[in-house]
Amino acid sequence: MLTTRMIPCLLLRNQGLVKTVKFKDPRYVGDPINAVRIFNAKEVDELTFLDITATVEKRPPQFKLLSEIAGECFMPLGYGGGIRTVEDIREILSVGMEKVIINSYAVENPAFIRQAADLFGSQSVVVSMDVKRTFFGKYELYTHGGKKPTGRDPVSFAVEMQQMGAGELFLNSIDRDGTMQGYDIDLIKKVTESVSIPVIACGGAGGLDDFADAVDKGGASAVAAGSFFVFQGKHRAVLISFPSPEELQRTFER
Amino acid sequence: MIVIIDYGMGNVGSIRNMLLWIGAKACISADPEVISQADKLILPGVGAFDNGMRNLNDLGLVTLLTELVIGQKKPLLGICLGMQLLGNRSEEGSLPGLGWIDAETVRFRFDDEHAHLKIPHMGWNSVRLEKESLLFRNSNAEERFYFVHSYHMVCRERGDILTETTYGFDFVSAVERGSILGVQFHPEKSHKFGMKLMQHFVETV
Repeated sequence: MLTTRMIPCLLLRNQGLVKTVKFKDPRYVGDPINAVRIFNAKEVDELTFLDITATVEKRPPQFKLLSEIAGECFMPLGYGGGIRTVEDIREILSVGMEKVIINSYAVENPAFIRQAADLFGSQSVVVSMDVKRTFFGKYELYTHGGKKPTGRDPVSFAVEMQQMGAGELFLNSIDRDGTMQGYDIDLIKKVTESVSIPVIACGGAGGLDDFADAVDKGGASAVAAGSFFVFQGKHRAVLISFPSPEELQRTFER
Repeated sequence: MIVIIDYGMGNVGSIRNMLLWIGAKACISADPEVISQADKLILPGVGAFDNGMRNLNDLGLVTLLTELVIGQKKPLLGICLGMQLLGNRSEEGSLPGLGWIDAETVRFRFDDEHAHLKIPHMGWNSVRLEKESLLFRNSNAEERFYFVHSYHMVCRERGDILTETTYGFDFVSAVERGSILGVQFHPEKSHKFGMKLMQHFVETV
């Protein structure tokens, strides 16, 4: 049977990997190639890389680094950060990654998602959504690494992206990022109930039960996390880990 | 030399990465001269059926590949869309396929009980061997492979079916007819399980 995908989400900043809390305070956690080798040895389901400063620094993806990453591991790979042209996508796919993740530019130019899906197939196009709860308790979509509020409601945006041909949605909660206090199930549920394409939940996972909740209660098709896979213990020592196939099976069959 | 056929339908880089990793001699090419020299061929593919067939036709590769695969019996491995192109036709398009395997490709349709299942079938799933094959030599139950597809192949001849996989129902996830092989999943993205399969294709098929 089809198993639920569990996806480490790794943040690139310059040449290193970092982990944030609520999209702030990036802490260095290691060298990306080294981390990729470890995740490859642990046979993770899929890996996602997000270059968190590409858009803000107005620069394209680091293609050379992406090529090195793709040459080191044999699992599905997604990349997001600074993607603004069809050529960017073509280059990322040609080095051996199969999913591009588009965030800021999807808000700026939604038709780009349609163009990308037509050219490369929906399965290659993931739209990521960074969402924060406002002072008044509503959800709002952010771009530019969580710095820029868009005034947009995530549910209507999710529906629009599905119509444009996005193959998946990567839903990230800014409030829960790095807190390890559990996913924002309410947010996940709102989005999964409004679209039929798979939603990958991210932000807040601290234990295996959180993953199961995102799927059972939130309706997520896949689960992603950062801190859970790179930190160990209450002092958050850097240690890369991934659950065994047996643990994964127990998690999603509880 | 293994030639990965470059007809503009994606994922060639990751296939080359894996072949290089296991020490195989491989190149990516659409050049008829290079393709003619190949010992074995890989037909990759991500995207729409008609685009795939149109590109193969436009590059003038259909006649050449037919000569190499059917005439000279050079082993060919179709991956994902590359497997579907081996059949007669697909619901996804109107162009005829290569027709080397007596099969049609149809979209996933589920009964009420499985109506909740998402399309595409995306993620890790297992395969059940339907016959002996060098490609799956020493395979075991814990093996899993990465799938991404909205359409699946339906074989007319039971004997062509190599593996089946369950997603709402049992569908054909690999085919084998003589030296013509096809897998619906992505071995190049399936860790050691896919690597073992590729190694078998390189060394023994």
